[in-house]
Parts: sequence; C-alpha cells; structure tokens
Amino acid sequence: MKSIKAALIDATLNTVETLVGHLPDPAPDPLRNAREFIGKPYPRVDGRLKVTGQARYATEHPIAGMTHAVVVHSSIAKGKISHLDTQAAESVPGVLAVMTHRNAPRMKTPETASLFNPVAGSNTSVPVMQSADITWNGEAVAVVVAETLELANYAAGLVGIRYEEEPAALSLEAEKGNATIPTLVVTQSPEVNIGDAKAALAVAPVVSDQEYETPWQNQHAMEPHASIAAWMGKDQLLVYDSTQSPPGVQHNLARMFDLKPEQVRVVTEFVGGAFGGKVAAWSNVPLAAAAARLVGRPVKLALSRAGVSMVVGGRTLTQQRVALGATLDGKLTAMIHTGYGMRTTKDVWAEQYTFPIRHLYASPNIHVLQKVVRLDRVQNSYMRAPGETPGSFALESAMDELAHKLGLDPVELRMRNEPDKDPTHGTYFSSRHLREAYALAAGKFGWDPQRPEPGTQREGDWLIGTGVATAFYPVQQLPVTIKARITADGHVEVSTSSIEMGVGLATVQTQHIAERFGVPYERARYLHGDTDLPMSQASGGSAATSSVGAAIHAAADKLTEKLLKLAQRNKQSVLRGVKRKNVELRAGGLYRLDQPAVGESYEQLLGASGQAFVEAEGSVPASALVLNMKTSMASYGAHFCEVRVHARTRQVQVRRFMSAFDCGRIMNPQTARSQIVGGIIMGIGMALMEEAVYDERTGRLMTPSLGEYHVPVHADVPEFEVYFLDEPDPVMPMGTKPVGEVSIVGTAAAVANAVFQATGIRVRHLPITADKLL
Amino acid sequence: MLTEATDPIATRFIAGGTNLLDLMKQQVEQPAKLVDINRLPLSAITELPNGGLRLGALVTNADTAYHPLVQGRYPLLAQTILAGASPQLRNKATNGGNLMQRTRCYYFYDVATPCNKRMPGSGCGALGGYNRVCGILGTSESCIATHPSDMCVALAALEAVVQVSGPHGERTIPMADFHRLPGNEPHRDNTLLPGELITAIDLPAQGFAQHYTYLKLRDRTSYAFALVSVAVGLELTDGLITQARLALGGVAHKPWRRPAAEAMLVGQPAEPETYRAVVQSLLAGSRGYDHNAFKIELAERAIVQALSQALNRSA
Ligand SMILES: Cc1cc2nc3c(=O)[nH]c(=O)nc-3n(C[C@H](O)[C@H](O)[C@H](O)COP(=O)(O)OP(=O)(O)OC[C@H]3O[C@@H](n4cnc5c(N)ncnc54)[C@H](O)[C@@H]3O)c2cc1C
Ligand code: SF4
Repeated sequence: MKSIKAALIDATLNTVETLVGHLPDPAPDPLRNAREFIGKPYPRVDGRLKVTGQARYATEHPIAGMTHAVVVHSSIAKGKISHLDTQAAESVPGVLAVMTHRNAPRMKTPETASLFNPVAGSNTSVPVMQSADITWNGEAVAVVVAETLELANYAAGLVGIRYEEEPAALSLEAEKGNATIPTLVVTQSPEVNIGDAKAALAVAPVVSDQEYETPWQNQHAMEPHASIAAWMGKDQLLVYDSTQSPPGVQHNLARMFDLKPEQVRVVTEFVGGAFGGKVAAWSNVPLAAAAARLVGRPVKLALSRAGVSMVVGGRTLTQQRVALGATLDGKLTAMIHTGYGMRTTKDVWAEQYTFPIRHLYASPNIHVLQKVVRLDRVQNSYMRAPGETPGSFALESAMDELAHKLGLDPVELRMRNEPDKDPTHGTYFSSRHLREAYALAAGKFGWDPQRPEPGTQREGDWLIGTGVATAFYPVQQLPVTIKARITADGHVEVSTSSIEMGVGLATVQTQHIAERFGVPYERARYLHGDTDLPMSQASGGSAATSSVGAAIHAAADKLTEKLLKLAQRNKQSVLRGVKRKNVELRAGGLYRLDQPAVGESYEQLLGASGQAFVEAEGSVPASALVLNMKTSMASYGAHFCEVRVHARTRQVQVRRFMSAFDCGRIMNPQTARSQIVGGIIMGIGMALMEEAVYDERTGRLMTPSLGEYHVPVHADVPEFEVYFLDEPDPVMPMGTKPVGEVSIVGTAAAVANAVFQATGIRVRHLPITADKLL
Repeated sequence: MLTEATDPIATRFIAGGTNLLDLMKQQVEQPAKLVDINRLPLSAITELPNGGLRLGALVTNADTAYHPLVQGRYPLLAQTILAGASPQLRNKATNGGNLMQRTRCYYFYDVATPCNKRMPGSGCGALGGYNRVCGILGTSESCIATHPSDMCVALAALEAVVQVSGPHGERTIPMADFHRLPGNEPHRDNTLLPGELITAIDLPAQGFAQHYTYLKLRDRTSYAFALVSVAVGLELTDGLITQARLALGGVAHKPWRRPAAEAMLVGQPAEPETYRAVVQSLLAGSRGYDHNAFKIELAERAIVQALSQALNRSA
C-alpha cells in the first residue's frame, strides 16, 4: 500500500498532468522562422527613458502627502519581544508613528504562492507583525514612519527592544540529522530511482564520488525591494511596487487586509532587477500598506541594502553528493545526486539542484534524493536558476572529476553520454542541440582535447587552466492573459499586467507584435505592469517571452476571426466569403493565403465597419516544468573558460569566457546577449567570491552590505563571447526557449574545472577564494 | 571608561566623510557635534627642506596619489593609495581621514552584536565568530581587529611622521607609534589625544623609488579590503640589499613592521633563499582564529612575492 505521502505526490503530479495536457503550443508557430522584426537587435523600447532618468521605479511616483518608513529588524533568531520602548522614537518631532505588533493593523496570515496557487502572492506564510514572536534574525519588528527619510532613520535607532531568546536551529550541518524529505521539488518528486544506482556504482570500473557545498547567497538587485502604499478611502489601496508579480502582490494584499482584489491596484512600471527575489511579496509590502493605514497618509518604504538581505530570502546553502560510475570508455553506468538544503518551520521550498542530472546524461541507473533541514532563518526562495545553479556546480564538477579519472577529454565524456531521450522521463526532446553548442564553442575557444596534466601549464608566475561545463534550464509556461487591440489607424496595442524587469521583455514583445500583426515597428505597442490591465502572473522562470508570446498568438488568432467577420459583413470586401483557413494577418491587414495580394488593411477593415478598434484577449495557463510535458524541453549551453591562478599568492582571474547556447529562436540578439552575459557574471561571482555569511551562534547576517558581500567588479570579468545557435524549437511560441537563467547554470563549475586544470586543486566548496588554493 | 575616541556622543572632525558618515548611518558613532575641517588650509603638498614631502591632512587620496612629486619620489605610496577603495572614494577621502578610518570588523559595524571596540566591555563578537577579516598578529583577548588602510601600510614602510595640532600645542608622531595594538583598550585605535587634529603627514627624503612594491591580496580584484598586503621598499648596491622596509596590512591593529626582520635583509644578496628567515621573523607569534588561520600562510607567500616583485622592478 502506498504511503500517504506517496499518494499525495501522485495526486499533485496528476493535477500537473491535467494542467499541462495541452501544453505547449500544439502546432508549430509559423512565426518561428519569421525575420522581419524577430531576430533583429532592436534597442530597448525603454532605453531612452532609462538613461534619461524618466523611467519611474517603485518609489519615484510623486504623491501628495508622502511619508517615509524605515524598518527595524530583530537581532535574535528565535523567541519573543519581551520589552518594547517606542516612546523616544515617537517623541521625535516629525515622527508620525512607530508601528509594532502592538499597534499594527490586523493583517491575515499571508499565503505562500506556488505553481498550484501562484496568485497567493506571498513568499512565506509567516504572519507579518501580528505578535511578539520572532522567527528569524533580521525579521521586521518595527516600522518607523516620519515626514522625512532622515527622521525615520534616526528614530529607528531609538526604538528600544529586548527579547526573550529561545534556542534556534541555525546550522545546516548541525541539524542535518533532522532532515526530512519534502513532498515536492517544484513540481517533481524529490526522489528518482531508475535501475539500481547503488549497486551499479559499487561495480563501476571508474567512480567519482564527492561532496560539494554551495554557500548562502542573498538578493541584491540594483533597485531594492520598495513600495509606495496609498489608501484611497478606507477600502481602496494603490500600491507602486518593485515586483515580478503585480497580481500576486494585489491578491496578497487583498487577502491580508480583507479586501476584494479589485480594491487593490498594483502598478509596476519598471523593475530595477529582480532575479527571482521579487516573484512574490515579502513582508515589506504589507508593512508599507499597514503603515499607510496607520498614519492615514501615503507611505514610501524602500528596504535598505541590509534590509533586503534580512527581509528577502536568497539561495539556501546546499550540501550535495554526486557519485558517478562509468565504464572504462566513459559510458555512465550509475548516477547518484543527493543532498540537503534548508526549509523553515512554516514553509518548504526545496531548490531543484537535482534537476540538471535528471535531464543531462544517459545512464541506466539513476538515484536522486533531496532532503530539507528545518532552520530558523529567513525563508529561502527563488534566485536566478534556483537549484539548477548550485546543482550544476556539483554535477558539472563531478563530470570533470570523472573525465580526469578516465583520462578523457571532458567534452568528449559529455558527448559520449548525450541521451537520445529524456533520461528520467523517457520523453523525446522537442529540440536539443547541445552537441552543436559544444562543437561551436570549442571551435571558437580553440579547445584542446589533449590538455597537459593539471598544474603544469605556466606563463611566468601564473598557472593557466581551461574548463568546460554544460548549461541547462527547463522550459516553463506562466499563466498569462493579454489584451490585443487593433485600431482603425492601423496600430496594434497589447496590454497585460506582466512586468518588465529590465530583461527586454517589452522590446521583444514589441518586435513580436509587429511581426505577428504585420505592422511597422512604430505601430506596435506593448503596455505592461498594472493590475488594471489583463492579469498575468509573475514573470519568472525565463518564461515570460514565450508565455506572453503564446498569449499574443492566441489573441491574434481571435482577432483574425473577428476581422474576417467584419469583412464578411461588408459587401464590398474582397475577403467576403473567404474561409478562416485561407487568411492570415500580414502587411498591416488581413490577406488571403492562396492569393497573397488579395486582402484589406486594418484601416480599410475597421473604416468600413465604422469601428474604432477590434480587441481580443489571449491566455495561456501555467505549466509545470518540462518534465511533465509531452516532450522534454529545455535550453542548453556549453561554457568554456580559461583562468589564471597566481602560482604563489593564489589569486584567481578569469581570462576568457566563451559560451554557445541552444536557446531556441533568439528574438533579439542584443537583449539576449545581455541576459547571458549577466548570468555568466553572476556565475563567476558565485564561483570566486559571492557568499552570505551568518554567525551560526546567532543567525546574524555578517555580510549585510555590498562592501562585505562581494559580487564581481569589472576587473573580475573578461570580455565575453556568446554564440547562439538560433535554432527555433518546433513546438514553442516563436520557436523560443529560456534565455534569462540558463547561462548562470554551469558557470561556477566551468571556473572550478579551469582552476583544477590550472592548479591540480579541486575546490568543492564555493566560493573559490585564495585560502582554498594554498 | 569613555575617552573622546569612543564616546559615541563626542565631537568629531569631518573631512571627506567617507568613513564617518557610514559609521553614523550604522549608528556605530553618534557624535553630538561635527566640526567640518574642510576649509582649513591643509590642502597642500609641499616640499620640505630636508628633501622630504609634506602631505596636507586634507589633500584627497586621489590628489596625493597622482601628484607628480609623489609619483616621482614615492611611487610606493602612489601605488598603495590606488590599490584602495574606488576612484570615487579616493576623490573624496582625505589623508588625515585615511589614517583615522576605523576597522572593518563585521561585528564593529553591527550594533546588534557585542564589540569591545565599539562598546567597551560588551565582549568581542569576532573572537568566536566570523573572523575571516580579522588579525593574526598583535591581537588580544579583547579584540582581534585590523586597521583596514592601505595607505598607512606604505606610510609605515616609508617611516612617515604625523603632524598633529591640539589643545596643548603641536607635536609629531612617527607612523610606528600612531596606531596602537588593541591590548585591553581596543576602543583606542591610535595615540591621538582628545581634540587633536592631524595637520599633515611628512614623508622623509628616502622614498625607495627604485625597488618597491605594494602587493594587495583580496577576495576580488578591486574594491575590496586587503586580506593581506605588503609594502616593500629596498635599496640595493651591487646586488646587495643595503636598506629594507617591510610593512604588512590586513593582519594587525596597525601596519605591521619588525625592524629586526628588515635588518636580516641588509647585506644579503637579493635572492629568494634570504627570505625564509625574514618571513619567519616578521610573522613570529602570529596566531590564526577559526576563519583566518589561512592568513598566516598567505602572508608568508605575500611577503616572498612582494620582495621578489620589488627586486625585479626596475624603475
Ligand atoms: C566602500 C569603501 C571601500 C573602501 N576601501 C578601502 C580600501 O580598500 N583601502 C583603504 O585604505 N581604505 C578604503 N576605504 C576607506 C577610505 O579610505 C576612508 O574612508 C577614507 O580614507 C577616510 O577619509 P575621509 O576624509 O573620508 O574621513 P572621514 O570619514 O571624514 O573621517 C574619518 C575619521 O577621521 C577623523 N578625521 C578626519 N580628518 C581628520 C584630521 N585631519 N585629524 C583628526 N581626525 C580626522 C574623523 O573625525 C573621523 O573619525 C573604503 C571606504 C569605503 C566606504
Ligand atoms: S575584533 Fe575588535 S572590533 Fe571586532 S568585535 Fe572584537 S572587539 Fe570589536
């Protein structure tokens, strides 16, 4: 008999199957090879606004009567507030309120968003400032509201708080004994067993079996988590928020403040970077709304740089084991990937670090198992390619270790284990051009399949090494609704609540609209970032381009029908009597397929009917990850890296980095390249320096500013060469596949592998700082 | 006991403000009064009769590093300053402020944690905590912090002299005596007395402009404080070292020098074999903590590397 847990997993996965039954696009998108607008390096539609400072970010919207809020954070990890002294702060002239659990408006407990309930809109289900309880070090315990930011800051320092401390679970290592198996890893089972990996490993002629560790990482988007909240009367709330999900924030606030979603409007014109950290709301958002209610005036609340690290969860620390067994000629016979990440008391979010191994290599025997360890910390959450990033460090390092043991070129090892079907799902790949990506990048890089022994290549005082790793990121689809409107003057406008977080979504959709509707680029318009527009869930998972694209496609189909109906009603129309199957949107109008010159422009069609516009909605539902789809769908890439390591002082520098990608059709090589380069830089940071450090005695974050929390500076990164195969995926909208996250995946391993080649030292515990190479 | 230096509500001079304002924002320091010294006439670099150079306390780090006389005669100082902070900060930071900047110990900056330097008697958070950036030499049970300046390491190697003016008149303090070890008074960073103002830093004539180097090892290539740094100045005659200066940064509460170690280099050929004993002497008594024991070996390597760089540098 099945355990309850197993039954639950099955039930959930079945839900997923039904959700995704008709995904993705059933028929190939005719636009996958279109070239008039798609594929061209259009500059960003918002570029001018941004460089001239006119683009308005969350806290840049002027509202009369604005006040400023500053958060006070707890200094213990677990326990209760035993004593609160707010008087000194309150008596500062200009201070309007000191909000604590004693006087905060009642807010219902937020609900954690998930694939099954994306609109819940919160990252955690921890109550926000409703009791004296403290559940992590850095939790918001007070919000000071004042006439100016300076006053609020000053008064925040006067809030006196004492705590009754309780013992807290703060160290993953120490708590590992209490690890549990999560119900799900995203939408997948935490465990996979194919064949008998343990037995196969035991008899494998060549084995690499090692533990890897990746550190805590914090979110540091340029624009901090920030909001303006303004109550319009008692039950209308307007919020400007830096979020990836205006509808999520809207529903979260509606729930917490007992409102209908229509009573909350969330506007997000631009987001200054998000990286998953803004997929749903953290406590700062309801706190801004609560403070605004308390003082009866609009409140601006931007978390400080340290505040972002304390209130917003980042990547969990992971401890992973990857064991690979192979035949002497480098065929994998066993793959094991297990490990630990964190969870909190209230929520479990298991980061999918075992996803790459589920799809990358063929092996008859596979064992995967993820565990979580309960800690009293801020909830871990999405951060650029969550899971795949730390997981690929372990897996791609392990592949390098195995290649070294086999005396085989690591590129060749990967080629020998390229699967022809998805290794864990048995499904076919919709498109997979990893071989071509390796061949292209290896050629450009000048890869030498017969590298000298590690630690033997020298230029003066510097040791030189090269390394490779595979990048992988699965396809997802987001629930998106858009409205498309064709106006009588021949313009096409698409609108949706979905946001533009700096990646170029608005630009590529403008290109897409021009292409899809056959209108000049200047006549295409993409409006976004407001819950008054048709609802699209969070942007994330590198899925916005294709998801919004699919919704636009759906709307275009409906509009084709509507326009044809207009033509049918018009006795003079050359399209009268023509069948739906025989028309398409092209050249600014509706034209016959069999006689391409015959048709009518949008101006003619709408002019004749006397209508100002036609409009239609297009929607696509959420999907699970690629694994639940009929085909196995993902983006792939090959990273090649060269480092030099100072022979004596062990300073590491990345000298060259070249990558080739199979990311499907590239909508805009300029914005795509920028995403790829950004991801690689983040990956180099992960490899060499990035680490959030917590004092394990107290759970206190010791790296709250960018002074201690190192991310790469220009001097740390080389010139990048990025190549796209630009092969359309046959089943994806516009032939596109994920671009935003795939490039960080594998980067840290490519660097670590190059460092090994340079020094002969294998670092399995990121980041690779000089002390680990002494 | 609160002195002017630790009294959080005391009066503070403000120069570039690049350190003081950060400390105030973090509520590490909350001076009741700020005295803006920027209009004092301390912004000149002038030649001294003894062949040395006087660096006004208010000259910015950038103007100092790019001054032709500094570049020509004290390239070690120029190189060292340019290894610190960022161009924007160096444009604002002053020489006096650089000497007075406070430790970057993480616990010192976080008022939610104990720190004897910030609040005497509260305990040392770093001792049993995350002490990667802390010291390995001259530490005490009360404090294991380092002085974070790069510039001061070169000034120590050059044996600069700090000019001070105060309620009791003017006096000079040799660099070696300016910063102090923490002992059981870690709240005192240096020997400046309450109300005293740094007016200038005097560089002696000897600039080691032929054989010098500043080697800074850190967690990223730029814009990070030193894990370990080494300033070296050498004089050579016929392949033999006639004079040597060696100072370490990132390892102690003050720039770390041991004249005895330097003396071991004198009369020696400029060869790597000579270095081992020097390294041992310079690092004698070093002690690593949970997260920074690597600094001992890193310092050994850095010293050897810096010496060979200084010797191979032909100006
Ligand atoms: C992000 C960052 C990175 C940095 N990186 C480095 C680095 O890599 N290497 C490095 O060496 N430094 C670094 N610094 C520190 C920087 O060099 C110092 O902040 C700067 O030198 C201080 O000078 P200031 O004029 O701004 O001093 P202020 O901030 O104005 O003053 C600092 C202290 O000095 C006192 N003071 C100032 N002038 C005098 C005077 N004439 N007499 C007596 N007391 C005085 C003030 O009262 C105050 O206590 C960094 C700073 C920052 C913010
Ligand atoms: S090392 Fe010094 S500065 Fe750091 S916590 Fe201890 S006492 Fe404070």
